[in-house]
Amino acid sequence: MKYLKNFYKYRYLLYEIVRKNIKLQYRNSVLGIFWTFLQPLLTTIILVIVFGGVFGGKRSGVVNYPIYLLCGRLIFEFFTQSTKRAMRSIRNSASVIKKVYVPKYIYPLSNIIANFVTFLISLTVLVCFMLYFYFFSNEPPHITPYILLSPIPILILLLVSIGVGLILSTLEVFFKDVEYLYEVFCTLLFYLTPIFYQVEQLGIKNEIFKMALMANPLYSITQMFRSCVLFGEMFNINHLLYSLAFGIVTVVIGLVAFYKKQDKFILHI
Amino acid sequence: MSKPAIVVENMSMMFNLNKEKVDNIKEYFIKLVTRKLHFTEFWALQDISFTVEKGERVGVLGFNGAGKSTLLKVIAGVLKPSKGSVKVNGVIAPMLELGAGFDMNYSGKENIYLYGATMGYSRKFIDEKYDEIVEFSELKDFIEVPVKNYSSGMRARLGFAIATAVEPEILILDEVLSVGDAKFRQKSEAKIRSMFDKGTTVLFVSHSTQQVLNICNKAIILDHGKLIAQGDAKEICAQYDRMVKGGK
Repeated sequence: MKYLKNFYKYRYLLYEIVRKNIKLQYRNSVLGIFWTFLQPLLTTIILVIVFGGVFGGKRSGVVNYPIYLLCGRLIFEFFTQSTKRAMRSIRNSASVIKKVYVPKYIYPLSNIIANFVTFLISLTVLVCFMLYFYFFSNEPPHITPYILLSPIPILILLLVSIGVGLILSTLEVFFKDVEYLYEVFCTLLFYLTPIFYQVEQLGIKNEIFKMALMANPLYSITQMFRSCVLFGEMFNINHLLYSLAFGIVTVVIGLVAFYKKQDKFILHI
Repeated sequence: MSKPAIVVENMSMMFNLNKEKVDNIKEYFIKLVTRKLHFTEFWALQDISFTVEKGERVGVLGFNGAGKSTLLKVIAGVLKPSKGSVKVNGVIAPMLELGAGFDMNYSGKENIYLYGATMGYSRKFIDEKYDEIVEFSELKDFIEVPVKNYSSGMRARLGFAIATAVEPEILILDEVLSVGDAKFRQKSEAKIRSMFDKGTTVLFVSHSTQQVLNICNKAIILDHGKLIAQGDAKEICAQYDRMVKGGK
């Protein structure tokens, strides 16, 4: 109750910092906010050129490879960008935290929310892709009423990002190494998440290795999202349960760790 | 009788001074395993108790390193006391360092809203105060300029204007009156004095007993983390002057 009251008091701050992060991200760039959709568009084109021949094509059964890839890339990019920014947020706001009392979770949270807003804007690229391929291609995405379920994987993605972001931001205050370690981990994650391939295509025989790939919550989330927007079918309910549970567990761990350690932050930043 | 503005009870603040700063995992584990994680306890504040009633202006005197800034940080809620408790009734405007909540890439105007939000005020509320803030800070022509291009005096003026315009119930001033030119200093002293009439509680840190006498009606002296005297501003200032002269 006390926490909610405090949160309510500082809701303006959350709003202002989210606003600030979005505004400053593209300030001084000529194209400004336009980059939010230009960037995924261009990187997707590159990835399609590089991997399209190997993993795309009729036999793959992905319906439409560019859309398949874009879905994965958007989700992966949001997750890594928001968690990385959340991770650095406490140290970056050191000057404020040292002088004024503010609830500290505002900083990781506002970074993730700001990224979420730009992520939502960048979804317009996906809409453009889908409209284009629906009308002008012989591999149209299967658009069915299941597309209305697409906010579910997105919200779970937000939940997982908040949880991981809180854990990382707590760790980063005490060990700056986490920054570099996580950078490496993200590169690994890029290949472990089925962004440009399908797990089935890899033909992995080893069951343990396959399980390890599927334990990645981003795997469940991208698969669910693609089911909704690309394959036009109901997503696998196991994916929903697993990723939701993963999200809730990370948020709980993140909150507990953050609350236990937040009074010590100031001594380390 | 209304509740006192600030109640500090048996408050102590301890820091761990480690000989080297350990901030990477490898070092931490090596030292943890080899039991070389030495900490030296340092009590910045010891067993401090005092009460500030609403509308009182308390001067905090003490030599360098006596724990004045630590005390203000604990009261502002930035640091959590190791022992004891601090209770604060009312909205605090901490001016530990003017312009601490500013974002350098943001313009002066945007920073007004950001700083306001840092103290927990809504956009609408700041809208009402906006003209007053700009006028007081004398930055009308520079308000759209990013704060990184401001001089330190301009930054301090803007910070002071925002922190006082929102009419906080408790104002914490950490040697802030020493910034700016003489003209602005006079103006800000006048502003702070005008706030007394509205019943604002003030905590004021200074090295100058003259300033304390000008502003405060009560004072305390800190020495090596201990509260050694509290009471009427005049008596305490006289005692502090004796301490300065006596070398003790």
